[in-house]
Amino acid sequence: MDPVSIRRARRGDLDQIIAIDATVTGLEKRNYWKSVYRRYGVAGPAERQFLVADVAGRVVGFVIGEVRDWEFGSEACGWVFGIDVEPGSRLAGIGARLLEAICASFRRAGVRKVRTMLSRDNKLILSFFRSQGMMAGPFIPLEMDLDEHVG
Amino acid sequence: MKLQKNSSLALYSVLEFAADPTRHISAAEIADKYGVSPHHLAKVLSELARAGIVESVRGVGGGYRFIGNVRRLTLMDVIQTFEQPGLPESGRREPGELTPVGKALGAVLSEIDEIAKATLSSITLTTMLRLMERQQRGPAESVARRKNNGAAHRASRSRPRPSPATKA
Repeated sequence: MDPVSIRRARRGDLDQIIAIDATVTGLEKRNYWKSVYRRYGVAGPAERQFLVADVAGRVVGFVIGEVRDWEFGSEACGWVFGIDVEPGSRLAGIGARLLEAICASFRRAGVRKVRTMLSRDNKLILSFFRSQGMMAGPFIPLEMDLDEHVG
Repeated sequence: MKLQKNSSLALYSVLEFAADPTRHISAAEIADKYGVSPHHLAKVLSELARAGIVESVRGVGGGYRFIGNVRRLTLMDVIQTFEQPGLPESGRREPGELTPVGKALGAVLSEIDEIAKATLSSITLTTMLRLMERQQRGPAESVARRKNNGAAHRASRSRPRPSPATKA
């Protein structure tokens, strides 16, 4: 495989990012990704990161996250809320490189903790984050159906 | 969630083997290290061999060695060789299980079991070995990291932002 470089996402990467996401989730979300790019793309503030893994000019993965503070009662920390690598490029350490890169950005922004949240059924990505050293944090996600619990 | 003794013994053993897949380790050595009955452990290892996780090596220096995939095999895979965590013993009902209190309590306990199962299913042997390494390096490394991070600038941010959600 050609060398992998991690860089900020560019507008021209969007089609490839949308395609990777659609391959993995089975759903194309073009408007969503355009909106993500506007918020986290190349011109965004340093605390917001939208990075891609580039192999010979081709985008094979991405990661998105940002530094947020005092939400959920938490001191400032980095949140990773999107990461993926196209299926054909997995098992080559690209996900780990993307996570390392965004963690480096978070460190530069002055935070010392990174968090994420995902479905407990998503064993693949759960295993990935675990393999990178992530452990269960001090927060518990809760939810309820609004039509059953009004008042 | 409480693991059965066989599951715990299997996890101890598999992690010993996985730490060095080229090494043959005898049941007696593991039994001695963890203070368990060699006879009981031999049965557990025999089950692990049947599951294709370890294989027995005969002759001088024999014992067992790891033949699974450390990057793929999870704690849950090993546990499921011996038990189905979270499932009641077949045909057994707890007293009061079908009462309103029993049903509500069952829902809460199932919630805990689901989280435990997801955790055990997401941790591979490689991840466990790394965790053990980190715990052994422990305090010295954390102090060094804190010192390195101490000089970093913490920016002031106060704007509320949308809630995060990890995408698959």
